[in-house]
Amino acid sequence: MNPTNILPSGHKRIDHAELMGIVKRFPGVLANDHINFDVKAGEIHALLGENGAGKSTLMKILYGLYKPDEGEIRLNGQPVVFHSPADALTQGIGMIHQHFMLVPTLTVAENVALGMKSGLVMDLKQVKKRLVELSAVYGLKINPDAYVWQLSVGEQQRVEIVKALYRGGALIILDEPTAVLTPQEVKELFVTLRQMREQGHALIFITHKLYEVQTLSDRITVMRDGRSVDTIANNGVEQRTLARMMVGRDVQFQVDRPVVPIGEVKLSVRGLSATNDQDLPALKHISLDVRAGEIMGVAGVSGNGQRELAECIAGLRKATGGEVFLNGKSILGLPVLDRLNAGLSFVPEERNRHGIIGSFSVAENAILQNHGEPAFKRGMLFNFGAIARHTDDLIQRFNVKTPTRETPIKNLSGGNIQKLILARELSRHPAVLIAAQPTRGVDIGATEYIRNILIQQRSEQVAMLLISEDLDEILALSDRVAVLYEGEIVGIVNREDADVEMLGLMMAGVRHSS
Amino acid sequence: MNNDLTLAQILISAFALTLGAATPYLYASIGEIFSQRSGVLNLGVEGTMLMGAFVAIFFASDKGLQIDPAIGFLAAMIVGGLMGLLSAVINVTLKAEQGISGIGMTLFGLGMSSLLFKMLADGVITATVFPKLNIRGLSDLPVVGEIFFQQNALVYVAFALVPISVWILNKTTWGLQIRAVGQNPKAADAMGVNVNRVRYSTVILGGVFAGAAGAALSIGLTGVFQENMTAGRGFIAVALVYFGGWSPWRAMLGALLFSAANNLQIWAQILDVRIGNSPIPSNLLGMIPYILTILALVFARQRHSLEPAALTKPFERGEN
Amino acid sequence: MRIQKRISGGDFTAALAPIIAVILALALAGVLLLILGKNPLEAYASMIEGAFGSDTRIFNTISRAVPLMLVAIGICIAFRGGVINIGAEGQLFVGAVSATAFAVAAGENLTPWLLVPLTLLVGFLGGALWGSVPGYLKARFDVNEILSTVMMNEIAIRLVLFLLGGPMIDPKEVAQGTLIHQSAALPEASWLARLSPPSRLHTGIFIAIIAAVIVYILLWRTPLGYRIRAVGQSRAASLYAGISVPTYLTLALILSGGLAGLAGAVEVTGVTHRMVEGFAVGYGFSGIVVALFGRLHPIGAIPSAFLFGALLTGAERMQRDLQVPSATITALQGLVVLFVVSSDVWVRRRAARRASQKVSEPISADSSIQPIISEAK
Repeated sequence: MNPTNILPSGHKRIDHAELMGIVKRFPGVLANDHINFDVKAGEIHALLGENGAGKSTLMKILYGLYKPDEGEIRLNGQPVVFHSPADALTQGIGMIHQHFMLVPTLTVAENVALGMKSGLVMDLKQVKKRLVELSAVYGLKINPDAYVWQLSVGEQQRVEIVKALYRGGALIILDEPTAVLTPQEVKELFVTLRQMREQGHALIFITHKLYEVQTLSDRITVMRDGRSVDTIANNGVEQRTLARMMVGRDVQFQVDRPVVPIGEVKLSVRGLSATNDQDLPALKHISLDVRAGEIMGVAGVSGNGQRELAECIAGLRKATGGEVFLNGKSILGLPVLDRLNAGLSFVPEERNRHGIIGSFSVAENAILQNHGEPAFKRGMLFNFGAIARHTDDLIQRFNVKTPTRETPIKNLSGGNIQKLILARELSRHPAVLIAAQPTRGVDIGATEYIRNILIQQRSEQVAMLLISEDLDEILALSDRVAVLYEGEIVGIVNREDADVEMLGLMMAGVRHSS
Repeated sequence: MNNDLTLAQILISAFALTLGAATPYLYASIGEIFSQRSGVLNLGVEGTMLMGAFVAIFFASDKGLQIDPAIGFLAAMIVGGLMGLLSAVINVTLKAEQGISGIGMTLFGLGMSSLLFKMLADGVITATVFPKLNIRGLSDLPVVGEIFFQQNALVYVAFALVPISVWILNKTTWGLQIRAVGQNPKAADAMGVNVNRVRYSTVILGGVFAGAAGAALSIGLTGVFQENMTAGRGFIAVALVYFGGWSPWRAMLGALLFSAANNLQIWAQILDVRIGNSPIPSNLLGMIPYILTILALVFARQRHSLEPAALTKPFERGEN
Repeated sequence: MRIQKRISGGDFTAALAPIIAVILALALAGVLLLILGKNPLEAYASMIEGAFGSDTRIFNTISRAVPLMLVAIGICIAFRGGVINIGAEGQLFVGAVSATAFAVAAGENLTPWLLVPLTLLVGFLGGALWGSVPGYLKARFDVNEILSTVMMNEIAIRLVLFLLGGPMIDPKEVAQGTLIHQSAALPEASWLARLSPPSRLHTGIFIAIIAAVIVYILLWRTPLGYRIRAVGQSRAASLYAGISVPTYLTLALILSGGLAGLAGAVEVTGVTHRMVEGFAVGYGFSGIVVALFGRLHPIGAIPSAFLFGALLTGAERMQRDLQVPSATITALQGLVVLFVVSSDVWVRRRAARRASQKVSEPISADSSIQPIISEAK
């Protein structure tokens, strides 16, 4: 380790940062329950836990975004109080958020200059000069004059890291930094992080991926339900042990997949092309078929066209070319309603934006598409009795936890919202189901439940397009896997022939020869 | 004097008038650009303009405080700033629905200015307008001098504000913060920028400029105050921000265009436009600026690079 | 059992907030009057006297509430549908002027049983037409409806002035050479019956109350209303659900404009019996305030309209007795709007906190804002 206590970034080292007895309450939730956590200079400390375990909350407290209800923060033994990120930044604490905190319409240099103390007029020249120096020292190539919207996801992450280093970055928190990267980019990131550790930075690495924890970290703290389960040194700890600490019980990694006869083609995508929100090509001539009783997994790193594929089929986005057939019928020219009536169901990726109307009740959300059906009407008016029976049926069959069916649905947990959406979509007896990220942000219990439901639907001859960034999920459920890279299908492989390494290579654009 | 010369003279003064009449739009639009670029849609411009218009003339008029018109202009800006502060409290701190709160501000400004007008001035008030300020050397130029350099001080200031505000937005630290806060307040917050403080500053500045816009109307242009004398100009100024794609330069072009449209009655007289034998009714001519505004909004709808992504969205720190 | 239970109230704080808002606004306006050298207590006493001092005054207050109520009911549809309709003023004018033109032209040829409903229908259609323009422009070109409806108001004002001074001017005014800008009187057969002369109270009050009930049923008990509200709450989810967003945006503004037009027609057939300059000025804006005060619920608009009807009637008295300009009421309405929208956050936070306490499972900690109208774009 660097012998002086000044880091290459120019900031003083933080030898020891401690969070002591941190308590944070949100309405109805105890997010952090007396948490103790610490990190030292020259150390990578992994913070492991499920979604909703309280990891991000704890780190946002350390970064000054939240004020703790109880407990204190100490830097090098001295108690400190952060009122805002500005205070944390001054002390040399930086954070790289899961959703990058960059302003796309500004240049890299402007993004870095943002929030820094400076005079009336910006001195961007000075900023650029130091940026070049820093990127040389840490081996992070960036162009200070590029606009952020022009950069790839990997480049944006480099900007985030350099930004943190520019402001000192003696202690850097990385919140799920690998979620958006290809396996190759992950390797590069790990090289950078190890280098920073050698130079004396203190690093906190938030993740729920067991493999990364094993590979990278020096110490591991596992959180569950707002509590710290334990902090252990990383000397050959097993994944299974970590998983049990994280979930609180043994985890069933496998789903039973019964043998199901494969039927005829229900969904056929032919040469489909589309653009993304920035009007750049996002899908380039995609073709695939999904048969009844088959789950077609679509794997890929986020932003390689998965969203556009789902949205084009569902009618939320205009295709620029190609055809989509549902039960042999061309649907690209049809309005959304006709596609739904033709037998399409869609569990959308952004479930809170597309899948529900937050202020509407559970019952109102249960009839989002088919509220006009005769079954729910009496004359011109709603038949509330029928709607209530339908809703109760969905709630009961899919085990949706809600106080009442009149509760605004936004008050439900992510898992329960997802269960209701799935219940609703399946209650319409679809021929084709598109499930986009069906278990993202959902707790493990609900995840297992949802996966079993999907398998059950497969047995009932539903043709399913499963879009997921979780390779384990893809491998557990799919019959075949299509890998998307930069809007193209790199290859489609049978599940039996696929493994994580091979899919990982394909996700990085390496074509599979078969 | 032959006829042609007279026509030329009339045209020159009409152009000069157009320049002058653009100033209320210009002040209000530039203020609104600051507010919107930081992510706040301030629809209270109309009400703030009315307050500014009355306060300015009340300070200047013999019937009011009989102080200098410059002091009136200053007072209008201060009152506008206070209205901006109120608007900031409501929209930024209390996170009110910005479309509706703007209507509240407008009704409040309309009612208050009428109330003050009736109680303090008995319903009639006039003042001499800002004196013309000839710029030595330039105002004597033929045609150009008469159109551009024989205006009052408020006009020069308004047009000078355009490059100044472009410079502030693009070159200063504050400008960078405004742009960041309007595009991605979460990112700005994470970098230690106080989002709400930046928004307070721009909304108050927007109020100051809206007050100035009102003063430009009452003591810069007409020399009178009437109830609801802005007649939608505040809203047109907001429309000009969209029309100008959040750029002060393009908003200035819009202001000139609308000012010309506002003077259509004068133009119709100059050019002696007739339908059949009778002149076009003034009420029909008076519709044109508003129809033009709607058309401008229709054509301004293509996506703009400067459009603040966080416009109308209150900022709150929360879980991702 | 009922889906709409949550919306129609029950939350005490939500109901209380506007009342606190009005009290605060009255207090603030009182301070203002004090500064201007008027005794606010005297002023308010005079207002109460003017609004409720006798049977006739009470009836006149109710009669004043009728157009406000109709406008407000329309505003409820628009705002619930996610369109901020500021154009009720113009829609009301166009409705009134269309109804007038129709009644004058149809004249004595029709029996009252036909003439009255047809006149009102024409008024509704006039307002609907005026509302359809910004509605279409929003749906098709994403034109900000706040700005376009304000512009449509200014156009309507000038249109009415033009018509009253020219094509629609009362022939008698021309014959006499007085040339006062007003329309011919409506044929008596088109008048709404007066309920209690000499007060102006007329059968329009029943029309307004029935309209409130119908709109309530429409919004919360029919698929059509469901779609309007769905579009108002989330355009993304509506698109996903196969609801045609442009159609229902436009429809919300058309219905809203239609009710404002109906308000104009009712006012002209029930009260003034002809169009004059300065007819119903400000009713459109007051109607918006009434709707917000009634928490954007058509049934809530009924008491709310009575309150603001009383304020407006009382203000006339106040102006006569104490020379306090009635513009005070405009300022007061502005304050009410500001207080109501400002209290929204507070009410929502309380509601969110209470809801989350009931839910046993953890919910998102984000006390996210769910405005009455979500998604500005």
